[in-house]
Amino acid sequence: MTYILRRLFWLPIVLWAVASLTFLVLRLVPGDPLAQVAVLVLDQAQLDRVRAQWALDQPLWNQYLLFLSNLVRGDLGLSMASGQPLTRLLFEKLPPTIELALVAMVISTVVGVGAGVISAVARRRAVDYSVRTFAILGLSIPWFWVAILLIYVFSVQLRWTPVGGRIGVGVRYETITNFLILDSLITGNWTALVSALRHLTLPALAIGLTSAGFVARLTRSAMLEVLRSDYIRSARAKGLRERTIHYDHALRNAILPVLTLQGLQFGTLLGGAVITELVFAWPGMGRMLLDGILRRDYAVVQGTVIFVAFIYVFMNLIVDLLYRVVDPRLRGR
Amino acid sequence: MKQVSDGGALPAARPRGIAPFFRRHELAAVGALFFGLVVLAAIFAPWLTPYDPVAVNIPNRLQTPSAEHWFGTDEFGRDIFTRVLFGARPVLVTGFLSVASALVVGTVIGAISGYRGGWLDEVLMRVMDIMLSFPAILLAILIVAALGVGLVNTIIAIAFSMIPTFARLARSIVLSLVHEQFVLAAHAVGSSEWWIMTRHILPNMSPPLIVQATAMLAIAVSYSAALSFLGLGVEPPTPDWGKMVSEGQRLVFDAIHIPFFPGLAITLTILSVNYLGDGLRDALDPRLKNR
Repeated sequence: MTYILRRLFWLPIVLWAVASLTFLVLRLVPGDPLAQVAVLVLDQAQLDRVRAQWALDQPLWNQYLLFLSNLVRGDLGLSMASGQPLTRLLFEKLPPTIELALVAMVISTVVGVGAGVISAVARRRAVDYSVRTFAILGLSIPWFWVAILLIYVFSVQLRWTPVGGRIGVGVRYETITNFLILDSLITGNWTALVSALRHLTLPALAIGLTSAGFVARLTRSAMLEVLRSDYIRSARAKGLRERTIHYDHALRNAILPVLTLQGLQFGTLLGGAVITELVFAWPGMGRMLLDGILRRDYAVVQGTVIFVAFIYVFMNLIVDLLYRVVDPRLRGR
Repeated sequence: MKQVSDGGALPAARPRGIAPFFRRHELAAVGALFFGLVVLAAIFAPWLTPYDPVAVNIPNRLQTPSAEHWFGTDEFGRDIFTRVLFGARPVLVTGFLSVASALVVGTVIGAISGYRGGWLDEVLMRVMDIMLSFPAILLAILIVAALGVGLVNTIIAIAFSMIPTFARLARSIVLSLVHEQFVLAAHAVGSSEWWIMTRHILPNMSPPLIVQATAMLAIAVSYSAALSFLGLGVEPPTPDWGKMVSEGQRLVFDAIHIPFFPGLAITLTILSVNYLGDGLRDALDPRLKNR
């Protein structure tokens, strides 16, 4: 209990520190952030509004306090390039990225845990060596390159999947949560659902399959560790079938650390989504972040980074707490 | 010099040294060999190819691989094999320098933290925790966004995102070492803290740090490729693998060889470092034996 309280006590401090670090790093940029591109896009009135909103005419200290007080109220400010509120931009761009990262996480968990278990059970046999090769390849291959190869094979050569985008041109759909799969399920729009899934397949596979390598390695070593333990020896001595030992006894314990790390992996997968999105013209946060950097729109960069880091912090917290629920051995500590 | 003891039983009297290590870990040997070739290719690139990596030669454009152009030519008629050779330079420089700086800074922070303890330890480790609150690639992107694109800024960004990993590892090793008999003995005979730190603690930290540094080298290479793929690395027309893949991406319909070969170079380089790292980990960290 004290552990949970301590974590919850630290949470606001961590969030504050994350936001402050992001703010400070971006203030390393010399010069007036608005002088760069904004003048070309915004008219004088909009410019004044953005300038006032970020307090750019005031000392850094005031800018920081204003930033913090806005942040506490859930206001990430206005984009310096377009004058739009960041919260609206994030509502538009974040769900596609999270959708992609979630599907990728499901793929990497299913493929990775499956491959890892097979590899551990068939230790030192041909299957094991092929899984291990596949796993280390997954760790080594860049997401964006896999994405291009998948497009070449499945979209250019076989013409099975679309080259990019999130949904077919001309497919009508309603936006509720902006998670396309969820929205099309809620509205019962099957055309949109099929189109969305067809567009989602390749980018999700590009991220999911490569990160499955990491999961497979982890599952394999966790399984081998558990298979060496005393209670597995007891189970064998009782004459239980190998299948029961592997799947009922060993896997249940071996999978705990794997699932924990999968939770932590979510941040990495978000990073992967940011990069992979660019290859597939996926209208998500990656594009927005990169445009923000290239246009020197620091409001967009700041808002996006803070938001993703917050998700990451919460994810870590939830994983840590869940881990104690599923593993009773940790509770007393 | 005493080896770090971790309680695990060391295998009896194994032959030590580089040759026996590579005989036991064949894949690590292959990895080291390939990585060595990449380093040589980067150093001797101008002597290994008759072509210029940046000169535009439009009549020659978009050729598929042939005897003259092993990897074909790109949309500006430049030889891709040549550009892949030269492209190893920014990748390796970024990889080595970022890992080396993160290793040094992280080890110093971790060593001070573990050795001093108290409030300093608490403050340093909380700062590391905050850095770890960002997905690493995002932290690197943020820093490049602030500093601007370019090779040096890429190195700083990647190094910065890796410091906490080294600091935490270094701290945990120091904490396990300060209570070892030989350190206590050094205290007892009145050695200075500087002496104990540099003569007793630091030398014993190296095996796990080397293993970690090798693993981080693979990650640094992949981050460097990702940053330059995003257009946040070296400026064109300097050849760079990530940049070449992103430029070739538009030509996926007509000329897949353009993004294919630089991407293959990235993959094989990271793969070779990973195989080497796995071998080193098996050899230097007996706890992980037989996994």
